[in-house]
Amino acid sequence: MNIIDDLILHSPALIVAIPLLGAFLTPLISKINDKMRNIFVIFIVLLTSAIVLLLANDIYAVCGKIHTYVFGGSSPVTQGGFAIRILFEVDGLNIFMALIATILAIVGVIYSWAFMKENTGLDKYYTLYLLMIAGMFGMILTGDMFNFFVFLEITSIASCALIAFWTNKGKAVDAGFKYIVVSATGALFILFAIAILYGQYNALNMAVLASKIEFSFLDNIALVVLVSGLAMKAGIVPMHMWLPDAYGRAPASVTLILVGVTQASLYGALRMIFTVYGDSLSTTLNQIGDINIELNLILGIFIVALALLTIFIGVLMALKENNFKRMIAFAAVAEIGYMILAIGAALTTIFSAAETDIGTGAMALKGGIFHILNDALDVGLLFLVAGAVYYATKETSLNRLGGLARNMKYTTIFFLIGLLAVSGMPPMNGFASKLIIYESTYQVNPILSIIAILCSILLLAVFVKVFHSAFLGPKQPKFDDVKEVPKSMLLAMGIIACIIIFIGLFPDIVVNNIVQPAVNAITDNSNYISNVIGGI
Amino acid sequence: MSGMSRIVKTVTNVAFPIVMIYGLYVIAHGHLTPGGGFQGGAVVASGLAMLLVAYGSVWTMGKIKEKQLSVLESIGAFGFIGLAFLGILMVYLYSGLQGNFFNNFLINQDIFPIFNELGRGFGNINTAGVIPLMNFAVGLKVIAGLFAIVLVMAYATRLKGVKQK
Amino acid sequence: MIYNIPYIAVVALILIGLYAIIFKRNLIKIVIGITLIESGVNLFLITLAFKQDSIAPIYRGSGSRIMSLPVPHALTLTSIVIGVAVLALMLSLIIHIYKHYKTLDASKIGREKE
Repeated sequence: MNIIDDLILHSPALIVAIPLLGAFLTPLISKINDKMRNIFVIFIVLLTSAIVLLLANDIYAVCGKIHTYVFGGSSPVTQGGFAIRILFEVDGLNIFMALIATILAIVGVIYSWAFMKENTGLDKYYTLYLLMIAGMFGMILTGDMFNFFVFLEITSIASCALIAFWTNKGKAVDAGFKYIVVSATGALFILFAIAILYGQYNALNMAVLASKIEFSFLDNIALVVLVSGLAMKAGIVPMHMWLPDAYGRAPASVTLILVGVTQASLYGALRMIFTVYGDSLSTTLNQIGDINIELNLILGIFIVALALLTIFIGVLMALKENNFKRMIAFAAVAEIGYMILAIGAALTTIFSAAETDIGTGAMALKGGIFHILNDALDVGLLFLVAGAVYYATKETSLNRLGGLARNMKYTTIFFLIGLLAVSGMPPMNGFASKLIIYESTYQVNPILSIIAILCSILLLAVFVKVFHSAFLGPKQPKFDDVKEVPKSMLLAMGIIACIIIFIGLFPDIVVNNIVQPAVNAITDNSNYISNVIGGI
Repeated sequence: MSGMSRIVKTVTNVAFPIVMIYGLYVIAHGHLTPGGGFQGGAVVASGLAMLLVAYGSVWTMGKIKEKQLSVLESIGAFGFIGLAFLGILMVYLYSGLQGNFFNNFLINQDIFPIFNELGRGFGNINTAGVIPLMNFAVGLKVIAGLFAIVLVMAYATRLKGVKQK
Repeated sequence: MIYNIPYIAVVALILIGLYAIIFKRNLIKIVIGITLIESGVNLFLITLAFKQDSIAPIYRGSGSRIMSLPVPHALTLTSIVIGVAVLALMLSLIIHIYKHYKTLDASKIGREKE
């Protein structure tokens, strides 16, 4: 067996273990030199992304292939037939999220090379950064419920310490405190739900739970507590108050990975609802006349209501903001609302008996999952531009910025690309995914689609105002000696902008090769179960 | 914070070795009795915190720098991950052994036969393979980590202008 | 009935913890609320491991009574370690906030000026 085959065989463990090893070695290496530490961190992240790309190549080669990896043994079941060991199970949806996480990790490390150069305490910064990357990958790739909880807590502790990194200002520390309170409470709710499910079925493995679950009253409670715990981490409205503070006051390279962490919590909600609770979602709860009220209908309507509220509040609060980064944070809240809208619309229709309904549901899922990729890239680019403006001018308020386009040409172009992408204009990638969401939600109910289009137009208005007041306009005398940002920050923003334009011009390639396996993996969980317990 | 009186310091001098021995006992017997890496490490860190309270944070910070604790912590963590990686790398060192990450590669093999003894061995450290070694690595990390937290918190909140005895 | 008392204690702890997080304004009391919720969930995990007439899951030389399940004990241990880390982080952040704002009232810190 040559070394490439060995790497692909052990790859789920290596993707999590190599950043962890790097995080533990960074304090030792940074005592030698500063340049050695930077090179070491970039080397670790590039090695991890190479292994992710190898694994993705292996999984996309065969349709419906799932790669299972057992820790500490060779088969997931022991002698009595109990599935006891912890395992990582990588199917189409997992590798899709891992690709997003890889892009964000590489861009983040390249950006923070120049952005954080004048700060002290950088060895702690890079240690926590690698820990956050390792936790994010662990959350995405795991197939065991308690393991998901542990990696969720690792990620939230590391990201809280990074949000409060600028401790000389009081506001950043306060944002970190708000984040850790909401995050710890959400994670404890998730642990409570995992304990209820374990007490009933004596299983912590996602595949074994999916095959044994039948919908009793305690499972109802567990589903509600689980979804609300994950919604706290994902920033859905009533529990979104930490998002503007945390995204707005953290360093810009940290905000980039925070976007990835929020998407990973959303992935967790998808995995729990569709795979673990899969078939029991169509149990009939009540009967009015001759219409069956099933569980997925109630859950779907509830999620759609929350999504509309999220989009509204995100856009309306962004209209009145004066701080550059807080406004982009509210736009990020609204974008999460779009994803939830698509998922809710899919939930109401995908389990029904009519053929057209199943088609609508599959298209809605496709739009929602495609939007996860697009939103991470768009909002990430906008945050990087905001960080670049702060690095050059040390100003965050829009009232005092102005006329920067003469000095910072490249940054202006990148902001224009990000603006068009977020508000869904062609030829950027936001147009492709939002079009699928509009079409599928129109067939569920026309009002949803109309509200979604209206809020998209309001987002465009918000960002054109920001563009005009920050970059266009007359040149201000106090910004005379503002130079363009260093080359590594431009390189990072350039990578994301190229990917955005590529996805915008060729959405067909991306949807058929990358998004469609993810949708196939979600809607049918029998493949997931049979890979672990072998057809029982 | 400033230190406490001479009586407290003398009793701490007597009690600290006892607490440390008890903590190391809990770490070392983690695979047979309740205990293990984190629990024993927390006991030893409590003993070190008792030292910190008795002698004052200024004196203790002068003796033990935070950088040395950071190096100890990294060594402990690196030992843990290194033992986990050896489960994969064993196939390159000894042909015939194949395993996954975190594999317990020291039981059921014939290169080091001393580790093969199974059973409810009364106080034997070689009965569970690689688990006692991982216990030591985690214990070292927990001692360094918890003591660093308590030391830095106590030093950061010291009152200025108080005379140290 | 007497075997239901731990479950009632779990619900009471979680509700008191939630009340402390939502309605109290002192930062230390919010931290105490999070610790209460964590204690409640740990108690719930251990209560699930009990079987009738069982002893602790440690090998002894003799005796053949049934043992209680060992897996929830490992889960509880992991949860306690995570709770210690979160508590240390929150208290360090409170020290920084007090040095900067000179007050611990949650309604007076962190307002966006301008």
